[in-house]
Amino acid sequence: MAQSRSMSLPNAHDAVFPIGVILILGFLWALMAAARGGDPTMEPHAFMMMGGFALGLAALVFGVFDNRFKFDSTEYDDNVIKAGVIATAFWGMVGMLVGLVIALQLAFPETFYFAELPWMGFGRLRPLHTSGVVFAFGGNMLIASSFYIVQRTCRTRLAGGIWPWFVFWGYQLFIVLAATGYLLGITASKEYAEPEWYVDIWLTIVWVAYLGVFMMTLVKRKEPHIYVANWFFLSFIVTIAMLHIVNNLAMPVSLLGAKSYSAFSGVQDAMTQWWYGHNAVGFFLTTGFLAMMYYFIPKRANRPIWSYKLSIVHFWTVIFIYIWAGPHHLHYTALPQWTQTLGMVFSVMLLMPSWGGMINGLMTLAGAFDKLRTDPVLRFLVVSVAFYGMATFEGPLMSIRYVNALSHYTEWTVGHVHSGALGWNGLISFGALYCMVPWLWKRKDLYSTRLVEWHFWLATIGILFYITAMWGAGIGEGLMWRKYNELGFLEHSFIETVEMKHLAYIIRALGGGLFLLGSMLMSFNLWMTIKGRGNAVPLDQVVPAEDLPDTPTLATV
Amino acid sequence: MSKLHTFMEKRSFALLVGILGVVSIGGMVEIAPLFYIDSTIEEVEGMRPYSPLELAGRDIYVREGCYTCHSQMIRPLRDEVERYGHYSLAAESMYDRPFQWGSKRTGPDLARVGGKYSDEWHVLHLENPQALVPASVMPPYKFLSETKLPTDRIAMHLKANQKLGVPYTDEMIEKAASDMKTQLDEFADDADGFIERYPKAVMREFDGDPDNLTEMDALVAYLQILGTLVDFSEYEAETNENQR
Repeated sequence: MAQSRSMSLPNAHDAVFPIGVILILGFLWALMAAARGGDPTMEPHAFMMMGGFALGLAALVFGVFDNRFKFDSTEYDDNVIKAGVIATAFWGMVGMLVGLVIALQLAFPETFYFAELPWMGFGRLRPLHTSGVVFAFGGNMLIASSFYIVQRTCRTRLAGGIWPWFVFWGYQLFIVLAATGYLLGITASKEYAEPEWYVDIWLTIVWVAYLGVFMMTLVKRKEPHIYVANWFFLSFIVTIAMLHIVNNLAMPVSLLGAKSYSAFSGVQDAMTQWWYGHNAVGFFLTTGFLAMMYYFIPKRANRPIWSYKLSIVHFWTVIFIYIWAGPHHLHYTALPQWTQTLGMVFSVMLLMPSWGGMINGLMTLAGAFDKLRTDPVLRFLVVSVAFYGMATFEGPLMSIRYVNALSHYTEWTVGHVHSGALGWNGLISFGALYCMVPWLWKRKDLYSTRLVEWHFWLATIGILFYITAMWGAGIGEGLMWRKYNELGFLEHSFIETVEMKHLAYIIRALGGGLFLLGSMLMSFNLWMTIKGRGNAVPLDQVVPAEDLPDTPTLATV
Repeated sequence: MSKLHTFMEKRSFALLVGILGVVSIGGMVEIAPLFYIDSTIEEVEGMRPYSPLELAGRDIYVREGCYTCHSQMIRPLRDEVERYGHYSLAAESMYDRPFQWGSKRTGPDLARVGGKYSDEWHVLHLENPQALVPASVMPPYKFLSETKLPTDRIAMHLKANQKLGVPYTDEMIEKAASDMKTQLDEFADDADGFIERYPKAVMREFDGDPDNLTEMDALVAYLQILGTLVDFSEYEAETNENQR
């Protein structure tokens, strides 16, 4: 044991050199872009990058001289996960707040648009919202939970010394560059892949480091088998790397400027984009989060996974079939029909592996369903799986050409996305955060289970408001667009459909507001848990049994 | 089968390679053929690269995220063809990098908005949408009229497109900056040369302010060309090479 401890020290410093080189090169490039790039839109970004890289270098130097990078290789690396948990809760509120703002803009344009503030336009804020919730909230959740789960299920410390910290801070820099870029008008305009070429390159570097840390942790595991959650995480990391690199291929106007032009054009660009776009859903928001399901539900319910065989079958089928589903975003477009048909067929087939995963998650509770009444955290996890089942039923339905003729371009799509994003990704993340925080900070329980109850109902009711409003608005406008009067003319002008949606827009904003309020309650609850208040008694303190709070029962929650 | 899986789930690199193999197939089958099957893009008359001013306008369209609310893809459905015009062809976005087909119609489709409204309508509408369409939920873009459009970097933009295969000639790149101003004045010295380089381009003082070249000029120039380039009198949808 003593030997392995002394060996871990140089190991941690190994990473200092390559990370230092990356940061210095990044700094020099940003310096050149700021000094002689000649692109005025690039300037604020160049300064931001210089600041980010300089801070990183300072931290590196300080860490080396202050001897901060030593660690005990027999212990889990939990500090980087703690940072990830805090980042997740923070970015979640930011992303949802921006979502609420743009929802209010559509409901009350006169109030929420400002002619003198270009960055407040819907078109610049919408990518900020989508990237904020998907990549900042979801991405931090994925990185934090994958680091948590891979260590526990491999019974080994994260590989790579300070590389996990590089992944964490590098990813935060990516988020800040992407978000500020949209506000400045720096965008490649490919949905969910809006950051420009240099931010894409930065994310690629961070992502390769992430893959390296994850893989090398698997390699040095002490369990013979790789646990099912890690298959899902690995498929998420690898596939996102592939999608990200191909879809963002572009020609920069200048090597020191912000703007680039896509390597593909028109129909090929559209197909590549939706191959990426749909699988950002498939691999970022599905397989990564299924990995959380496969860890936190069995853990929280204290039951083994229902079927090991089903997990094998649905893992390989879900990753094989998902990749084909992209063209359903391009029904009736100028994309050749054969591609559209392939996309539709595979999208419909996708129902089966998706529901395989849902069944495996829900049935893990077999014999423990009563816990749903008393444990709101488990309820978050389980209801999220139910929403997953609902969204993965609605998706194949909407991918059928004739349904898509009605639903495409309408608010129905927005509603569908949010039943998945709020219901599935949101709720399972909240459940996982409620699990992880007491476990990471070694607290007996959460600060308040009552607040978790409040959060659960605010979130659930918020989602219901949101998706029912969008169903009404979407199906309504779809029918109005195609309605003919008895003389054979189109019945409605476009603006009449916009007016019709006014009420739905208000209800949607209300639903989103409730959801955001729930997240704020969660952040408060988690913060008080970290501080060790309420029921969150620190486990390392010796507390007499009679001073410990009661375990929550049905009567007290 | 179960033996294979027992093997894979005990070896991290075998698992990695297995995953990469499985997730690569779909994209290879669906994307790669689009680059070499000739019928993917129809044979049409009239498509040309964007003029420098139109390209600058398109970059503003991208920058402001117009695609988040406006599609540029008319589907071959009866109501859409009647509302917006001839359904969109793949050829019409062959020089679009990136494509702007969009995925949501919070506002109407813009694939054929060119020539539908006057320049003045566009300027007034962009500056204050609710002034013209009271129920509109569109943001105001007044700052476009107040922002001067630089011409010093446009040649680099054309050059980047040329490197990607967009048929910009060296002459077009050389004259890119002056062509931006030429497009505002149909009596300019090089007007004939300009229209030869960019047939069907609309040559007008778009925002009504002849002293300034503004972002509004560029955006309106782009909007006014949308969907107008293909000569549909020459297009035969039923011929074999256009059947997709």
